[in-house]
Amino acid sequence: MNLWLFRMLRSSVGRKVLMAITGLLLIGFLVSHLSGNLLVFAGRDAMNDYAQFLKEHPGLIWGARIGLLAIFLVHVITGLTLAAENKAARPIPYQKEACIQASLPSRTMARTGLLVFVFVVYHLLHFTFGVVQASKHAKHLEGLRYDVYDMVVLSFHNPIIALSYIVAILVLWMHLWHGASSFFQSLGWNHPKYRPVFEKVGPVLSTILCLGFLSIPLSAWLGILKAGGM
Amino acid sequence: MRITVHVWRQAGPQEPGKMVAYDLDNVNEHMSFLEMLDFLNESLIAKGEEPIAFDSDCREGICGMCSLVIDGIPHGPEKETTVCQLHMRHFHDGQEIFIEPWRAKSFPVLKDLIIDRSSLDRIQQAGGFISVNTGSAPDANNIPIGKEQADRAMDAAACIGCGACVAACKNASAMLFVGAKVSHLALLPQGQVEKKRRAIAMVEAMDAEGFGNCTNQYECEAACPKGISVEFIAKMNREYLGAQLSGRSS
Repeated sequence: MNLWLFRMLRSSVGRKVLMAITGLLLIGFLVSHLSGNLLVFAGRDAMNDYAQFLKEHPGLIWGARIGLLAIFLVHVITGLTLAAENKAARPIPYQKEACIQASLPSRTMARTGLLVFVFVVYHLLHFTFGVVQASKHAKHLEGLRYDVYDMVVLSFHNPIIALSYIVAILVLWMHLWHGASSFFQSLGWNHPKYRPVFEKVGPVLSTILCLGFLSIPLSAWLGILKAGGM
Repeated sequence: MRITVHVWRQAGPQEPGKMVAYDLDNVNEHMSFLEMLDFLNESLIAKGEEPIAFDSDCREGICGMCSLVIDGIPHGPEKETTVCQLHMRHFHDGQEIFIEPWRAKSFPVLKDLIIDRSSLDRIQQAGGFISVNTGSAPDANNIPIGKEQADRAMDAAACIGCGACVAACKNASAMLFVGAKVSHLALLPQGQVEKKRRAIAMVEAMDAEGFGNCTNQYECEAACPKGISVEFIAKMNREYLGAQLSGRSS
């Protein structure tokens, strides 16, 4: 490995760029994840066809999973080391704290990021590994093919599960509110012509994504999405 | 007017410090903030107490020496104003005012409100210069530079190196300072020759000093008494990445 690459990726600016690129890729994943999830509104068959398609292409799904895991770990670990350094850079806090204009999401990125991380673990245990609601997960395996539709809709009939997802999506909303605007600056793109636009990309994109994600647990919980087995 | 000031008092670099409250009467609203502190110090000296140590030099807003965090905001509540140019008319009768030094690991407190900012000097020494042969001064306008380019370089060069950006940043990051210094020279033909070496050297010097990292909250820009734009941080990111990716020295 070349020395310069190591030096670059270890520097403050290099790690900022690493956060920006991995964050951007994770936003790309969220867009594709949401597009797949919204098939739940197209009916049971559309959703289950999509799930079956993914099952039948293990190369695609495992390639995506491994790539995603690597990107996610780089984002989380780099974020944690940066946050630890940032904390150490001011050992004595101000007696009187003030904030001039920074938004609440921008000031809580490490905390919202950690919460999103905890949610991702929970989300995987729930729908991928079937640990959280083992009965619902086992039920969908009984038939000839995966009934992902029923598993999702029935899960969200439980208000605690639905509520935990809604809270997690709101936390993700905050994280993306700042993150989806911030990467432009980290990658060195700031200009008076574009700055007002870039500042709105995060709020707008995070709102669209999170309204999309919120629609699924809310619709299932409120009975707009009906499970077939009931 | 009558005010109460809570001031950070610390006898020396290794001594523990604490906030001490002082009631001050007959403060004139036309006094600058530093004159108010001079006024307070006179009364402390008259009582035989140790006066409050604080930095100041030009008192006309251009030297970058004054460095007080007032109610949590570096240089106080007025936009694009150094503490020396801040006047007591912006405070009201009976107000309680908290005065603290810049807080950062890289800015250790020497005494009371005075901090050691030599970390910024060391970053400058790593690359914040152009290499020229010494001799007689070159003629002005020897190298024609377009007005727009000169203006933009001047926007960055307006940085007085006070360190308010570090003090305002939640992460105690010095990126606005370094961004301004890297940019101002990179924007001028005299500085372009060494721009790759400079960007790498200054960023690495900044990292070595233990400043925090930028999280794009732009509190630095809001607190900067010279209104330096965070665009220069983006430019520094570009300059640094470009230098690492395309530089020929490893």
